[in-house]
Amino acid sequence: MTASATKTEHGSDLEAFRAEVRTWLKDNFPPALEGIMPMMEGGADGSHAADLATWRDRLAERGWGAPHWPKAYGGAGLDHAHVRALAQEMGRVGAINPIPLLAGMGVTMVGPTILEYGTDDQKQRHLPGIASGKVRWCLGLSEPNAGSDLASLSTLAEDRGDHFVVNGQKIWTSGADISQWCGALVRTDKTVAKHKGISFLMLPMDQPGVRTRPIKLISGASPFCETFFDDARAEKDDLLGELNDGWNVIKRLLQHERASQTSAGSPGGKKKAGALQDVAKRYVGVDSAGRLDDPDLRSRLTRHLMDAAAHKLTAERIAAEAKGNPQVGAAASIMKNSATGITQARSELLLEIMGQQGFGWEGDAFDADELATVRDWLWGKAISIYGGSAEVQKNIISKNILGLPETTQKG
Amino acid sequence: MAALNEEQTLIRDQAKSWVTEQAPVRKFRDMRDARIETAYAPEAFSAMVDMGWTGILVPEAYGGSDLGYLTFGLILEELGRQLTASPLLASGLVGTSALLLGGSEEQKQAWLPKLVDGSAILTLAVDEGPRHAPAKTALSAVKGGGGFVLDGSKVMVLEGMAATAFIVVARTGGEADSEKGLTLFLVPADAKGVSRSARATADSRGYADVTFAKVEVGADAVLGKLDAGYPLLDAVLDRGRAGLAAEMLGTASQAFDMTLEYLKTRKQFGRVIGSFQALGHRAADMYSGMELARSCVEAALQAIDSDADNVAELCSLAKCKMGDHLHLVSNELIQMHGGIGMTDEYDAGFYLKRARALEAIYGNQAFHRERYARLLGY
Repeated sequence: MTASATKTEHGSDLEAFRAEVRTWLKDNFPPALEGIMPMMEGGADGSHAADLATWRDRLAERGWGAPHWPKAYGGAGLDHAHVRALAQEMGRVGAINPIPLLAGMGVTMVGPTILEYGTDDQKQRHLPGIASGKVRWCLGLSEPNAGSDLASLSTLAEDRGDHFVVNGQKIWTSGADISQWCGALVRTDKTVAKHKGISFLMLPMDQPGVRTRPIKLISGASPFCETFFDDARAEKDDLLGELNDGWNVIKRLLQHERASQTSAGSPGGKKKAGALQDVAKRYVGVDSAGRLDDPDLRSRLTRHLMDAAAHKLTAERIAAEAKGNPQVGAAASIMKNSATGITQARSELLLEIMGQQGFGWEGDAFDADELATVRDWLWGKAISIYGGSAEVQKNIISKNILGLPETTQKG
Repeated sequence: MAALNEEQTLIRDQAKSWVTEQAPVRKFRDMRDARIETAYAPEAFSAMVDMGWTGILVPEAYGGSDLGYLTFGLILEELGRQLTASPLLASGLVGTSALLLGGSEEQKQAWLPKLVDGSAILTLAVDEGPRHAPAKTALSAVKGGGGFVLDGSKVMVLEGMAATAFIVVARTGGEADSEKGLTLFLVPADAKGVSRSARATADSRGYADVTFAKVEVGADAVLGKLDAGYPLLDAVLDRGRAGLAAEMLGTASQAFDMTLEYLKTRKQFGRVIGSFQALGHRAADMYSGMELARSCVEAALQAIDSDADNVAELCSLAKCKMGDHLHLVSNELIQMHGGIGMTDEYDAGFYLKRARALEAIYGNQAFHRERYARLLGY
């Protein structure tokens, strides 16, 4: 069969690539960084700054910060199978690619959208910076009066010949206070239907007309900010896509966002505490037959674990069906809702399992897992709101996948 | 849909067109109205035999094609869509799996070719009470006369009126309700002392109560190990559960498609009812649930094919998730159709009735959640 012949060729090529990656990692990955999440420059406590900068630059040099991007723009031009192999080899030695985190929304959302809609000049000016991990991007989408109804946004961009002047306020701009660039949705025509007068502008954050203010959440400090544009300037060259075609640009960008939010699990990655059922056994105890000593909890725990298993199997199935090249599409809405539901259910269960130890805000009376649980639980309420709320996703599924008519008549 | 190879795609397409053209739900209605005791049309099962479906799991040496459980599942899914009645699942999958997993060479040679050519129909007689509980087997098998004497009765034996032989789960030792001390026996339906009666059920499928009154069988009737039949039974049941889940996937898909079609055509208040968000969101939930359940079903079938070590876990997951999903979809089917869905003239009721029966067979959702928790060690 021809299919298996191709597969074998591909397989040997992959094996050679894996070997190359392994050797390279041995020579280039600073062992001190094993398992370190570079949420901030230098890691959470700043003690790894030098190693992280070295590691970031070495990865960027190979194009492995955004390995699926074309080489010309700072990527390595790898296909999905090679990207996976690279990630697996890095995982094997505890190496984490810091570039998608350092670039903010750059690698996951803005970059892929520039690749699709950008001019050659825009690709050359913006993509290498993102792929290097040195230029961080935020997104200015929601406004105080434009949440789920994003198209009603009112931040205004006025044409001044070679540039736009931008006035208005954005909210929920993650990382705006530490970003160098912002991708913003702005109104460029007030006289047409709301979807048709919107454009996508890219503007530098380091200018007098831009001010940010961090937002504290119910879970404590957060990466979210309010961002104020007060006669901010954006160059004409930094209009992404056509003028007044920003709604199509953003629909695509949001599909990339949903695709990046479809993995279910605890928001802070794997906790030391272990599998949920083991945590439950520790806090709740077991009966003489080894069953969790709370039949009601045990039943709900099982429902949750089954949901999580079904989600994981579905993610694997989608990948297998796409033959290694997953398409970002409407199915992302299903997976986003499933992932958020599971993550939230897990937090609620953990909180219940820990009982009164699950309410700790700070201090020595609670261990680190307990303190993290309450913060994760509260933060987790955001995940069914951002990136298109659960209800908006259901609108997308019923309209775009099932072909049911518009559910809202006002416009 | 799993990534299928060329052969699997061909078989699925063949099944789809045959079921749609030759065995649509209208035929099921005819069968029900005719009150046929075996609850299937013999010519439909003959056609399945001719298409090779009874041999899908069977190695070529015994006359089959050895294509595996995922392939079998594709066919069951199509049959489930139109509620096509036949002993294919009970015999071609469950009975056949029992022989493949537990049969001696002699037993395989004696039975498999007949199962493939349709001259024998072999079904599993396991339950004795209203709820699936295989360890609660009381039917006894006592050594005597060079063989065994079986005494007791089984209820709701799937396709029990059509069977030419039964695999009977019997207690040969151990304490009451224990997994220990069980043995599986191959018993011809015409053996002396075997009697059966059809059960008239809401879902119009073939079930029988079967009584074994001092039935004598030879020592060669033992399938698998004496006194240690539970692991074999469990493995056979798991294959049955995965097969049922595939059938349920088809039944749920069809129920959902009918509902969606109705949402797009039925008008009230001057607009199609699918434009109401309250219904659109429920349809979105059903569609999402279907995608998640499908993954579980296909993973269970693939795990059996690759002899993975988590077959039990995945089969319970598949039966349970599919059960929950079918439960929801079958209720929404009626509710969203409104009054028309309540009429016998419309097909919706068939799907609701079949849904509950499928949920119960070989363990309902509660059974499988309990089992899943035990398998995961809590």
